[in-house]
Amino acid sequence: MSIVAVQLGQCGNQIGQEVFNTICGDVRGTHGLCSKKENEAYHDACTERFFSEAESGVPVARAVLVDMEPKVISQTLSIAARSGHWKYNDQSHFCQKQGSGNNWANGYSVHGPRNKEVIMNLVRKEVEKCDRLSGFFTIMSMAGGTGSGLGAFVTQCLRDAFPTSFILNHVIWPYGTGEVIVQNYNSVLTLSHLYQSSDALLVHENDVIHKICAQLMHIKQISFRDVNQVIAHQLGSVFQPAHTAEASLHYSRNPLGDLMETLVPHPEFKMLGLRNIPQMPENSLAYSTFSWHGLLKHLRQMLIANAKMEEGSFRDPSLYTSWLNPQDAFNEWKTPRAFNKYEKSASLVSNSQFLLKPLDNVVGKAWNMFASKAYVHQYTKFGIEEEDFLDSFTALEQVISSYTNL
Amino acid sequence: MGEETFHVFLFHPPDGLLRIFLIEIVFCNCILWGKHEACCGRVHFKVFITLNNKKSKRELYSNICCLIFYYSSKLGMLLFFRSAGDGPDIYKGKICSLKARALLIDMEEGVVNEILQGPLRDVFDSKQLITDVSGSGNNWAVGYKVYGCQYRENIVEKLRKTAEHCDCLQCFFIIHSMGGGTGSGLGTFVLNLLEDEFPEVYRFVTSVYPSGEDDVITSPYNSVLAMKELNEHADCVLPIENESLFDIVNKIHHMVNSGKLGSTVKPNSLVTSSAGTTKKVQEKPFDAMNNIVANLLLNLTSSARFEGSLNMDLNEISMNLVPFPRLHYLVSSLTPLYTLADVNIPSRR
Repeated sequence: MSIVAVQLGQCGNQIGQEVFNTICGDVRGTHGLCSKKENEAYHDACTERFFSEAESGVPVARAVLVDMEPKVISQTLSIAARSGHWKYNDQSHFCQKQGSGNNWANGYSVHGPRNKEVIMNLVRKEVEKCDRLSGFFTIMSMAGGTGSGLGAFVTQCLRDAFPTSFILNHVIWPYGTGEVIVQNYNSVLTLSHLYQSSDALLVHENDVIHKICAQLMHIKQISFRDVNQVIAHQLGSVFQPAHTAEASLHYSRNPLGDLMETLVPHPEFKMLGLRNIPQMPENSLAYSTFSWHGLLKHLRQMLIANAKMEEGSFRDPSLYTSWLNPQDAFNEWKTPRAFNKYEKSASLVSNSQFLLKPLDNVVGKAWNMFASKAYVHQYTKFGIEEEDFLDSFTALEQVISSYTNL
Repeated sequence: MGEETFHVFLFHPPDGLLRIFLIEIVFCNCILWGKHEACCGRVHFKVFITLNNKKSKRELYSNICCLIFYYSSKLGMLLFFRSAGDGPDIYKGKICSLKARALLIDMEEGVVNEILQGPLRDVFDSKQLITDVSGSGNNWAVGYKVYGCQYRENIVEKLRKTAEHCDCLQCFFIIHSMGGGTGSGLGTFVLNLLEDEFPEVYRFVTSVYPSGEDDVITSPYNSVLAMKELNEHADCVLPIENESLFDIVNKIHHMVNSGKLGSTVKPNSLVTSSAGTTKKVQEKPFDAMNNIVANLLLNLTSSARFEGSLNMDLNEISMNLVPFPRLHYLVSSLTPLYTLADVNIPSRR
């Protein structure tokens, strides 16, 4: 079953390119550490999921690239083509000349409706190439104009056009001290709109990834490329073919569906977080050894570091809310093949209160700005009125209170 | 310059909060010709010639030729030419194929004629000029009312022609002074015109404010009258003051000539330098100051011209820094002003 990726805005396109790069690199690598048959099954499952075959033999990524300015897309396409091992379809991209100017209203109300037909056509073409569509994986940032505004619009369109497919939005939470001043407005508007049309929001915080780069990977001068590579690695580890608990003999046929089934039991709680260990610089990989017990313990500690609880295993009922049976709440996916040069690695996708504090922060800051009506004229210029702002605030307040009451 | 320069802009919008924009200059090795400017300006035209010096692969040179013209007859023109490596002559020949997306308007012929006789004569053609003979006499009213009415159709027609050449018109750059007659009077008239003819296109105005010891007696009147127009019709104003430019030039001059040990400055790294120009000696006193402004405008648009990991376009800058429609005056700063030749000496912070 295939996943179609929709890359929106500068952030989305740069991360998407890294993700496909990582997946392709992993598939081609010989660090499988498992039997050849296993390796081939893995290879097939992976390529079917993310790539389609082209005549030239080079796998073509199942992706649609959208941006309002041409520079990033041309850069992305050329980097992918240069690698020689995979590439993007030359037709599956859409760009304009002007950019969105970090303005959510511009992306949502102007660029969205204007370009809806073209973008949806591109998506439909990609979908037709798939035998079975598992769902959509959209990558966007929340702080900018295209990723956030146009992203919210496109998600809505996807939901209207494909009501039975899963939509997983991968959202980049901006730095707390971000360079875009109106990022809080953009984030609030994006989140409230995405909550309605998306099935789940997988969140990566720039601050957290930055810390991983600095502390665990010991990178001195962290560029966006490093951050994107870490994110790509984490995403890849989740989306790689794996055996679920029920079907332990072959790879999961419905990755997105399985993911959502266990993690999003209630439509009010859609925010997912991702943790992956180990993360270390490539040079130290050769010298490290891992054990499953150690890794899982570490993961659990990372999980409960966000929620204050004591030791236990993942099946401990105190980790979960009262209305959820711990047996159903925890799902294990295993794969015998190693991922991306790590001998053993573990990832944890969780739906928890970890995002509560950042969300609260962002909403608070946005509200402060809104109280003095700063920058609102930039949004009203394009058709987003103050009532829309207020609606978004109320929606997010509700999400916050639901998560707090867990 | 073979290494990157980081130019930090500190913008102090009136609400008192300090915002810092970091714009990274990335040197690229492509050659850009022709009218492919994604962001085309009006009195703003960039001609970028970057070449990869094939002999020394370890260093990537970038040849940037940038021109900025001033409306008023008081200020001189700016020329940036940095030749690097071999064969500048081969490339000089190709400059003829480029045309600036610009309109030069002046009510006196002196400055514009000088430009047309200089090395950039091929970049401008006669269809882009509007000149008169007598000048405005440092009188805002003459510039705005008299010449405005007289030249209105002419200006509109030429504007439309230039705009038609653009695939996607993003913004207008208006560069003028506030103290004179043509720059402030006719300049603000044109600003009005742009709002009427092209309402959705951003209007960025770079205004040169007169200093305290300006020798034009009526400059306060002209400035105040022009300010009113700027308030209403400009989307974003970057004020520049002659006195501060002069201070910067003095500082650099002092640094270069102070003769302190280890304080030799790398050649061509001065923000005021127009190294490699056809003029070996800086004839006019305003050249250094104009170079600073040219650098400023160059850096402001560098993210739109080069690829990077985080692109900040002009409309993003305006979106982030203009909280309320009438508070659109941005203060800009530039660092570093020079690069020390000896890297072991810690730079002044």
